[in-house]
Parts: sequence; structure tokens; C-alpha cells
Amino acid sequence: MTTIHARPHESDRKQPPPELSGRVRHRRRSRRHLVPYYFLAPSLVVIGFFVLWPMVRSLFLSFTDSSIIGDFDFIGIENYVRLFSDPAFGNALVNTLIYVAFATPISVALALVLAVLLNRALPARTFFRAVIFFPFVISFSIIAIAWAFMLDPQVGIINYWLNSIGVRTGNGIGDPQWAMVYVIAVGIWRNVGFFMVMFLAGLQTVPRELYEASSIDGATPFQQFRSVTWPLISNTTMFVVVIASIFSFQAFDHIYVMTNGGPFFKTETLVMLIYRAGFENFQMGYASAMSWVLVLIVLSLSLIQTWYFNRKAVTY
Amino acid sequence: MATTMPAANPSLDPTRPGRAPRPRRNGRVRTVLIVIALAIVSVLIMLPFIWMVSASLRTQGDIISNPESLWPSEFTWSNFTEIWNRVPLARQFLNTVIFAGVVTVLSVLFDSAAGYALARFDFPGRNIIFIVIIVTLMLPFQVTLVPIYQQLSDLGWINTYQGLILPRAADAFGIFFMRQFFLGLPKDLEDAARIDGASELRIWWRIMMPLAAPAILTIGLFNLLANWNDLLWPLVLTTSTDMQTLAAGLALFKGQHVTEYGVLMAGSIIALAPMVVAFVIVQRRFVEGIATTGMK
Repeated sequence: MTTIHARPHESDRKQPPPELSGRVRHRRRSRRHLVPYYFLAPSLVVIGFFVLWPMVRSLFLSFTDSSIIGDFDFIGIENYVRLFSDPAFGNALVNTLIYVAFATPISVALALVLAVLLNRALPARTFFRAVIFFPFVISFSIIAIAWAFMLDPQVGIINYWLNSIGVRTGNGIGDPQWAMVYVIAVGIWRNVGFFMVMFLAGLQTVPRELYEASSIDGATPFQQFRSVTWPLISNTTMFVVVIASIFSFQAFDHIYVMTNGGPFFKTETLVMLIYRAGFENFQMGYASAMSWVLVLIVLSLSLIQTWYFNRKAVTY
Repeated sequence: MATTMPAANPSLDPTRPGRAPRPRRNGRVRTVLIVIALAIVSVLIMLPFIWMVSASLRTQGDIISNPESLWPSEFTWSNFTEIWNRVPLARQFLNTVIFAGVVTVLSVLFDSAAGYALARFDFPGRNIIFIVIIVTLMLPFQVTLVPIYQQLSDLGWINTYQGLILPRAADAFGIFFMRQFFLGLPKDLEDAARIDGASELRIWWRIMMPLAAPAILTIGLFNLLANWNDLLWPLVLTTSTDMQTLAAGLALFKGQHVTEYGVLMAGSIIALAPMVVAFVIVQRRFVEGIATTGMK
């Protein structure tokens, strides 16, 4: 960007080159001021136009009765009032909370266990890491089709195997009592490898000497985990818990493919309902209002989690 | 804990630091048990893929009459020819390559430029911009789906490549990730280049980008996977079969032809294969790379 070539001596690195006149120096500095904005400009244009502006519009839409085309009227908080008496919204909220309450802690705990196991020297360690990460690599919506077939009451191999060892699985993925269980299990299956890799990254930051010292002192692996590993990876744990919760709240692909919210709306989550209201029933205003309620829930949960972990954060 | 216990085990040979023999033998038994457990877990994790490959090679009658089996009673390739004739797979494959490929290249460039600016320059508005980026990271993208659809619809960009690609050309996660990486790089090299009169663009492109190769590889692969595999975005922004990506096309195919297991699985294998091959090629570098450098 600057075209002036100046090679000052090492001793005056930080000073402006002496041969420049004041005017040139001034111009050069003001142009350098703009440099970071050039670097930011493409991203800011994209995010501004396709994230921030739609957010503002969505907030605006949530106060209107907009459908996908045509005119709309400003109706104040009517959409939000309607939410509280809409049984579909209540049902979706409960389903979402059930999904988040089971999928998040189970997948994070499993990921942590797997990461600790695969952080040791083990035969075929790289292979196991890759296999566990594998479900995250491929299209969730496509592999969910295979899951749906495997859980099918007529031709499903899982139902067949479970039935033959005496476990009654009812109507498989079509069973109102079981559908949510299956959807949660498949969600965990998908994400656990991703969280495991993040935990592995966190485990690399724990100094080896601490393990050596504590094992010389006779600490059991469990004691080592509780007193060394757990406190020192709290930053990673916070990050994973927040990301895992956001993933759970936003779960869509496999539910859409496996159950499409059914049977009897037993697996219809908020994101499913937003999609249905906005893109199948074309109630854009109402869908926007539901989205913002979801935003408030996710944001407040993320803030509570961040606050909780920061309170007991360990710096080292 | 470390300070209160006596340090040495009397049986330990002082010239060979390490554990005493007994714990080591226990450790070996434990290692074998862990490996067996992990092997069982691995088979369970791979079960859907195994089933998928098996079903794609079986006839509809075989799948329905022998649901308990993973082994085809007779092999058939007809599912693959069938899906090829029923869905414009080649076209959807091309769409997916264009969509995921261009998004990946653009977002790696834009994210690393923005991350570099946030990590290396001090300028008015930097903190505000950073906070806004973090907040957009936390918001579910479904919130903006409705207005983005309307925006793109106003532009006439539904069913177009630019409509699919441009809104994805930069993302908060990538900017945040690259910023964290650039913060960890030493400043000496760019200072030296700056003194030598290199332009800022040249410093970023010729010095910082090569240094950031591991992070760029990581974020590039994440973007490639996320977009190749994405369902909701292409589902909403495309209505014509000829503009759909593989994930969206197959999801809709399933909705229309719910019982043709073998055909659908054959299509799924074609859609998954490129990412599976890519992952198998880079898996060692990818998983280990994120695990050791990327996500700190």
C-alpha cells in the first residue's frame, strides 16, 4: 500500500524515517489508518447485509402479520401474545427443553470420557479418534435417512435385534414414546466426536509434569482426573458446553428427516415449528416472533453458562 | 497433593525414572480393556454406514424379507443405476461442488483477512466489531432465515448460485477462529517486512497467510464439510430440482418415495463418498491437527 521505501537502522525502528517530510509522513499515516478497514470490509459487508440487517428485519417482522408475499400490517406484540396461548408453541418448547436437557450433558460427558481415554498412549489411537469423529464429517441429513430405516418398525435392523433379545421397541421411530429417545440418541451419536476433538485440544494444554508428579505421588487415574485434568480444562469445558447447548437448541436436520416432528408432534422442536410456520404455512411474522423467543432462551442460557464457568475459572 | 506425599517409592531404581513394575502390569490390563471397549464403540458408531452400504447392494424384497441381516442374499447394482435415472444427480453433484467449493474459498479469504485485522491492528471501533461478531456467533441462524429469504427473493436470487453462496462468504466462527490464531503468532516478521517497505496487503498475503496454513486448513475443512452437508439452507433457497444440492435433493426424494430403501441408500452413498474420501485422506492431519493446534 505505501510506496515509499525507507530502510532505517535498527536503532530507530520505532521512529519515522528521518528523510520523510512532514506532509508525506502525515499522508502515509492516515492511509495506514484505513488498512484494517480494508481487511475487514468484505466480511463486514457480508455479515452486515446477510446477518445483521436480516436480524433487524426479523425483529421488525415479528411485530407484523407478514406472510411471504403481499402487504402486511403492524400488529404490535400480538404475535408474542399469541405464542403464550398456542399449544403448538408450548409443545415445541417442552420438546426442545427435553432434547437440550438430555442431548447436551450426555454428549459432553461422553466426549470428555472418550477424550481422556484417547489422550493416553493406546494402540490404534488415531484410528479410534477418526472413527468417533467420522459421523461429524458426513451429511447429517443423509445419514439420518439410514437411521430412520434402521429404526423402522417393519424393516429396521435395530428394532429386530432389540426385539430378538427381548427388548420391546413398540412401533420403532413411529412410536410416540420412543421417537424422542431415538432422535436424542442419534443427535448424540453425531456430535460426540466433534466435542471429543475439542476436549483433546484442551487436554494438550495441561502440562505433562503435573501428571508425572501426581503419579509418582501415587494418585489413581481418577484422582488425577479430578485434581489435575478437570480444573485445568475448565475453559475448554465451558466452550464445549456452550457450543453443545447451541447445537442442541438448533437441532434440525436429523429430526426433519427421521420424524418430521412426528409422531403426533412428539419430536417437534422450536426450530422445526419455526420452519413449518414460516416456510410451510407462510406466517413470516409469527415465525419471526418464535425465532426471537428462541434467541432470548439461547442467549440467556449461554450467558448463564459463561458466568457460571467464569466464576470458577482457573487461570494458569 | 504433590507437596504432602513422600516423593519416592523405595523399590524404584533411581537411575531409571518411571513407574514401579506393578502399576505397569495393571496399566497393561487396563489398556487392553479400554481398547476392547473402544473397538465395540467403533463398530456401533459405524453401524449406519455398514447398513447403508449393505442396503444399497440389496433388492427391495431382500431388505424387507430379511431385516435382521447385514449381508445381501444376492448382490445387485440396480439401485445405483435407478437413482441415477430418477434424480438429476450429476447436476446436483455439480451444484454441491460449486456451492461448497466457492463458499469455502471465499470464506477462508474473508475470514482470515478480518481475523488478521482484529488481531494485529489497533483502530477505532475494533472492540465493537469484535463484540458484534461474537454475538452473531451465539444467535441461531434460523432467526435470520425468514428475512434472508425475503431479501434474496427481492433480489431475484432464489434458485441462483450467488444466492446460495454470497450470504455464506464470511462467518463469525471463522473470523473468531482466525483472530485467535493470529494473536498467537510472533510480530517480528511483519515488523521486519513493514520496515522493508512491503505493503500491508503483501505482508498479509505473503507472510501471514503461509504462517497460518494449519488454521486455514482447519477452517477450510470445517466450511467445506458444513456447506457440503447442509440441509436447511439449500432447502429454503432452492425450489427447482436442478438447483438443489445433494443433501436437499435426497431429503426431498425420501419424502416422495418413502419405501425405496436400496435406491435411496445408493444415492446417499454417491452423495457422501466425496467427503468420506476427503476425510480418509486427511483424517490423520485433520483430527490430530485440530486436537493439537487449532482449537485452543
